[in-house]
Amino acid sequence: MTPLLQNHRSPVQRAPMVSFTFEGEALSAHAGETVLSALIRAVHLYLRDAPEDGAARGAFCCMGLCQECLVLVEGRRVESCRQVVHDGLAVEALKRVPHD
Amino acid sequence: MIDPCDIVILGAGPAGANASLSAARAGARVTLLDEQTQPGGQIWRAKSAAIIKAQPTPESDAGNTLRDCLANSAVTFVGDVRVWQIERTGDIWQVYTVADGQPGKIEAKALILATGAREYVQPIPGWTTPGVIGLAGATALLKHDMTPPGVATVVAGTGPLVFFTASEIRRLGGHVAAIVTPNTRRDWLSVMPAMLSRPDLVRRGLAWIANLTLARVPVLWGHAITRVEGARAVNGVVATKLDASGAPKGKKREIAADSVCLGNGLIPAVEAAQLAGADLRYHPELGGWVPGAMTDGSTKIKGLYICGDGAGIRGAAAAEIQGKLAGMVAANQLGFDLAPDFEALKSAHARAARFGLAMTALSLQKPGDQALTTPETILCRCESLSLARITAEIAKGAESINAIKSGTRAGMGACGGKFCHTAVARMMAASQGVDPADIPPPTARPPLRPVPASVFAEGFDYDDLPISKPAPL
Ligand SMILES: Cc1cc2nc3c(=O)[nH]c(=O)nc-3n(C[C@H](O)[C@@H](O)[C@H](O)COP(=O)(O)OP(=O)(O)OC[C@H]3O[C@@H](n4cnc5c(N)ncnc54)[C@H](O)[C@@H]3O)c2cc1C
Ligand code: FES
Repeated sequence: MTPLLQNHRSPVQRAPMVSFTFEGEALSAHAGETVLSALIRAVHLYLRDAPEDGAARGAFCCMGLCQECLVLVEGRRVESCRQVVHDGLAVEALKRVPHD
Repeated sequence: MIDPCDIVILGAGPAGANASLSAARAGARVTLLDEQTQPGGQIWRAKSAAIIKAQPTPESDAGNTLRDCLANSAVTFVGDVRVWQIERTGDIWQVYTVADGQPGKIEAKALILATGAREYVQPIPGWTTPGVIGLAGATALLKHDMTPPGVATVVAGTGPLVFFTASEIRRLGGHVAAIVTPNTRRDWLSVMPAMLSRPDLVRRGLAWIANLTLARVPVLWGHAITRVEGARAVNGVVATKLDASGAPKGKKREIAADSVCLGNGLIPAVEAAQLAGADLRYHPELGGWVPGAMTDGSTKIKGLYICGDGAGIRGAAAAEIQGKLAGMVAANQLGFDLAPDFEALKSAHARAARFGLAMTALSLQKPGDQALTTPETILCRCESLSLARITAEIAKGAESINAIKSGTRAGMGACGGKFCHTAVARMMAASQGVDPADIPPPTARPPLRPVPASVFAEGFDYDDLPISKPAPL
């Protein structure tokens, strides 16, 4: 018989925290997790503005295809759903107006 | 340059990884490529380095077993490498790769494509709002990073994935505001006979539903999300009861949430097969356009094999078996002995596919689906093109996806059309009364994946990607 799933948080042991920044704001992440995962935990779902109409966008496919989660790291556009966080990583958003 | 080998395999999911193991066992030199860091594919995606210890699941166990088998085999696995172009000179395949911004090329006598699937999402008002992610995509986040998509999530879509995703979100400490599924209980009853071939999976599914019910998570059967509220962030959704055609006609319900998972089934990822020269045919019961491939993965093209969900959405168990068969037959064609269980595996494939096809049937499109996409709804996310804009192009005489592409740029953006072509084709078929089989996907063009300009060889003149330039018509 399949045991019923536990409805409470099942224990997950995660790597120690490191620091990174998003649009200059200091945030923390578990070493080795994706930028997207760390940003979701920090409730930063709005990552960029669509180039044509400027509408707010965030991650969509979570598998490296849609390019909706693009952010700037060291001047390069990278997919935040694939980019791994390491200590000191500076992540900028592809937004038209700086974040308020 | 990766060493030349007998067989190169693209995709290390259940299909490709098993193909590599069976081909290597036969004696072939095999290289297995994947853009993920580790093998496992979508269903058995490995955890990120940030997860040190977590409760095992059937998916993590199966993935770990597969990764152990590969580590103890003669297969050369190369992860974090993206294939962006496939060519052939004489009898030799050239597979062009990019890894960490650096170009590469690998040559082989045989090519096995096991590229899997991506998801289809029927566009609805507000689906581009940050906080709305794909339903299958959510499972990637849950498996890899073990992070729920938000604080309070509405999980919406077809097939078994809604119940799996909702259960996983809760297990990881997230809150599921509601489950909204276009499927009715009657839809599920109709696929029950086929499901009984896998009592283990039926039991698991019932356990998800029992738990969600015990936890009083509302399940809206026969409903779809018809609007996501909020501009820069999701603040709720409207769910509407569907009529028998799938069109939103009945009572509306507002549900507060900060995140949404949305998906309407899977479509085979066929672009690599197109580049390799495979023909496509339309089989809605397999997820749409699929390359012609036999049970053992062989195709009309010498040295080309296609297996797994990329050859039709038959599910992971069938992908695993078809992968084994493709690895065996590819090695056999190169002169290695055929494994004795080849014929037995062929009949096992039919049994496994029965379950997978029943799951795919829950996501078959219905005529009313189109009514979910209003004229103002963005259809092409990359270029911010609304349904009205595309309808206007059709009114001007555009009759093919290629024509719409050149007229509006739909599908020329960063995703390369992966998230709009199917929606545009389904909309064209419905509005023009045309058989979807008469609206083939556009010609596949490299790059299959975003590639920095520096990587392109002579003869390719794309600007700085991932924002790709228009593909030629
Ligand atoms: C996001 C997602 C989540 C899913 N989750 C589940 C689930 O939880 N349970 C379930 O039963 N089914 C799930 N599925 C269905 C899935 O298709 C399975 O049936 C199964 O994973 C199919 O196995 P496969 O080997 O055919 O393809 P996949 O497992 O999809 O493997 C294909 C592999 O090819 C790689 N690849 C493709 N193109 C390239 C390229 N150009 N360069 C480099 N690598 C490439 C991909 O990274 C991937 O690892 C999911 C599908 C998707 C799209
Ligand atoms: S979310 Fe689609 S590429 Fe990252």
